[in-house]
Amino acid sequence: MMSLGLSAQKTEIVEEDYANDRIEMADSMRADGKIYVLVAIIVTLFVGFTLYAIMTERKVKKLEKSLKERE
Amino acid sequence: MRKTWWKIIGVALVFYTLIAGMLMDAPRLAILNETIRAMHFHVPMWFGMVIMLTASAVFSIRYLRTGNQKFDTYAIELVNTSILFGILGLTTGMIWANYTWGAPWSGDPKQNASAIGMLIYFAYILLRNSITDPQQKAKIGAVYNIFAYATLIPLLFILPRLTDSLHPGNGGNPGFNAYELDGRLRMVFYPAVIGWTLLGVWLTELRIRLSFIKSKIDEED
Repeated sequence: MMSLGLSAQKTEIVEEDYANDRIEMADSMRADGKIYVLVAIIVTLFVGFTLYAIMTERKVKKLEKSLKERE
Repeated sequence: MRKTWWKIIGVALVFYTLIAGMLMDAPRLAILNETIRAMHFHVPMWFGMVIMLTASAVFSIRYLRTGNQKFDTYAIELVNTSILFGILGLTTGMIWANYTWGAPWSGDPKQNASAIGMLIYFAYILLRNSITDPQQKAKIGAVYNIFAYATLIPLLFILPRLTDSLHPGNGGNPGFNAYELDGRLRMVFYPAVIGWTLLGVWLTELRIRLSFIKSKIDEED
């Protein structure tokens, strides 16, 4: 099995958990590729925030440099 | 600390978990359904918060031992970012809980404990803002920070285990069992923890640098 449950209260996640049919999941979203829309949106958000963080980092660097040169 | 390499790693790791978290196979579990994927986002907030608060407490101790103001700056900025992570952890938890536990707030011991923990750190900010003298601010702040951390750890890790809890891994209860993380989930979860923590440290570093710039400018005036 994939994992060892050390405590009596923990349930193992078993191979069957990945393959069963009884639990509904977003299978149709994956089948028609819509999941990639979701991924694209999330990645876009994150790229946006990362670029903003990089811009802010550059601004701070510039400020530090100009302060250093003043000394 | 001005280095870029760890920031790039942080961004790359989080990118990876954003994509893998959505696309990789997830165990099909009752009640949770697809929301099990939230684990890769909600839980790293808390891990990141605790790691940063640990560092903050260490810096507070170092400040008290050396009197070097920069340690106090590190400590407070780490707390600031940790509060952000904590608020995001609480809100994402409430969103998740609303659809799996039936309500955004269930009085679950871990929910209560993390809310109390956040309040303790809010009080730290208020305390610091109420003192004008920078040395006093730092000294009293450092002492409070250490006590706050010493309270947080039992609140988050010990208390919830002593009683029934809805959160996995704490207590036992009939409706929602604790799930042992399996290898496939770990492949996304551990990088997520590392990635988000690195991003938190980056945020903190930017704030620290701004704080130093501000104090330099204040000096020159």
